[in-house]
Amino acid sequence: MDTTVLDVSDVNKNFAGLQALSNVNLKILEGKTHAVIGPNGAGKSTLLNVCVGRLQPDTGSVTFDGEIITGKKPYEINQAGVARVFQTPEIFADLSVEENVVVAAMAKRDGSFHPHAFRNMISETKMRDEALAVLDDLGLKRMRDMKAESLSRGDKRRLELAMCLIQHPRLLLLDEPTAGMSRHDTNQTIEVLRRIKERGMTKVIIEHDMHVVFSLADWITVLAQGAIIAEGPPEEIRGNPKVQEAYLGGAHA
Amino acid sequence: MISKRTPRQDMTMMLIFALAVLTMPIWLAPFGAAYPDLLQKFVIFGIMAVGFNILFGLTGYLSFGHAAFLGVGSYSAVWMFKLFTMNVIPAVIIGTVVAGLFAVVIGYVCLRRSGIYFSILTLALAQMCYNLAYSVLTPITNGETGLQIRPTDPRYIDAMFLDPSERVPTTTLFGIDMTGYGGFYFCAVALIVTFFISLRIFRSPFGLKLKAIKSNQNRLNYTGVNPRPYLLVAFVISGMYAGLAGSLLAVTDPLAGAERMQWTASGEVVLMTILGGAGTLFGPLLGALIIKYFENIFSAFNDGRLHEIFSFLPDGVESAVVGIAAQFVGEGWHLTLGLMFMLIVIFLPGGLIEGLNHIFSRLRPGRARRRAAAVEEKEAG
Repeated sequence: MDTTVLDVSDVNKNFAGLQALSNVNLKILEGKTHAVIGPNGAGKSTLLNVCVGRLQPDTGSVTFDGEIITGKKPYEINQAGVARVFQTPEIFADLSVEENVVVAAMAKRDGSFHPHAFRNMISETKMRDEALAVLDDLGLKRMRDMKAESLSRGDKRRLELAMCLIQHPRLLLLDEPTAGMSRHDTNQTIEVLRRIKERGMTKVIIEHDMHVVFSLADWITVLAQGAIIAEGPPEEIRGNPKVQEAYLGGAHA
Repeated sequence: MISKRTPRQDMTMMLIFALAVLTMPIWLAPFGAAYPDLLQKFVIFGIMAVGFNILFGLTGYLSFGHAAFLGVGSYSAVWMFKLFTMNVIPAVIIGTVVAGLFAVVIGYVCLRRSGIYFSILTLALAQMCYNLAYSVLTPITNGETGLQIRPTDPRYIDAMFLDPSERVPTTTLFGIDMTGYGGFYFCAVALIVTFFISLRIFRSPFGLKLKAIKSNQNRLNYTGVNPRPYLLVAFVISGMYAGLAGSLLAVTDPLAGAERMQWTASGEVVLMTILGGAGTLFGPLLGALIIKYFENIFSAFNDGRLHEIFSFLPDGVESAVVGIAAQFVGEGWHLTLGLMFMLIVIFLPGGLIEGLNHIFSRLRPGRARRRAAAVEEKEAG
């Protein structure tokens, strides 16, 4: 039997009268890639925000690895093993590419607070080698000394992904990992995500691009107006008339 | 990028720095600034700016209340002189520690907010301290008169070990007079030590996380790091630097007044840091040097001095030039400083250090290119 990594149960969230999430129930299984799709404003990002502690649900709870994480701080949830890639890249723009990844690796090693005030970064060779390996894996090694802000949008996303991957999270949440990317970059990202999948990392992907969703997802949940309207394996979702009406609009039918 | 400097290169840099600080009486002589009183100020405010830079330069949290820690350090040090001994060591230690404790409390309150709200909170608390020093706390601070050393002070420790005849009310380091050059060298050693600590913080994982806070606190949160304790530690360290600076002010001149805690004094250290270059190692020191130089030397220029400087010009032109220049020196030194500050903020947002870096890289383009080539070669190989 598959183990449940993340369990969202009966979550409701209301923004000043707008029901962003209504009675959402979601189980994410170990090792699977789970896609959440839905039209704009369906509540996909809100759902992720509830999972990482950015938002508190009005009712309901989120359980990660058998432990309730609603009400915990974002850094506590990350330390528990949840990493997230944001819709607009959130990186340390003033730091170098390598430093970005090293900060993430240190957070994993040292916990949420550790005053290493007298160690020299230059002697953190193990961590820096690890960081370079991950950067190499994502094709960013060349740019390791560049300031993160000078990267292209696609590379920024990849850098954010690298920061998540170096933490070896139990669960990786990706909010539109290919938005704003060229077809070529998108395919590269799919390739990377597929490799991660082979390593058995559990993922939740929010995505608009059906090409990405259908090439990666094991299971798809469709949200519309804050409620789940369909769930199932990709083939089933593709043929579901309710989904086509709400979201696909016949384009992919 | 992670500094490519090896610890050995850093040590060389420290050695050169230490030499430069200790020889200040020599190389500042041509600028007319080589007298102990001013040298002490250079070094003491240098310490304060270096500490302020750990907070502002690395984390981006702009405190407008650091003068409060300076004042607390001064008062604590003078009380040590009055109650226990004129030896400076206990005074400096207590001044630093008390300022640190004070910083824990103020930091805990103020760091609940960020950005402008943090600045306003620190400003409000510091102004509160300043006003309290004048009013309610007069028994401790001696109000407007300021806290002074008197021959009648108990000085319990001195009384135990020294004859009454030897108990003179001047600060000493085991018999070495701490006013004049003795005081300068004592402060210079303190600067070298504190600069070394700041260098280590800049190069450490701790320093990297502070920079990450400045860059994107949100990301840091979702990366599993709790920014709050890092900020508090940085705040307390910089508060202790200010406390040390304050107690050194008391060491070189054993008198503590509340005007040291006024917001203009807090603003001054902000100016120093930005002028020199916030977040750079040497910038704040350079800023402190320049501002204290202007305050003490430029402000003392008078028309006679200007006539001397411009005497090579023809008569009519000369008096016109002196007439204009006179507005910028003497009492007008604030005008010069203000203009300089504006020019730097507009054209060199990274401060004077950034400007110097530009000049150096332009002077030596070959070196930068060679280094880049070497890196590429290494990567290919």
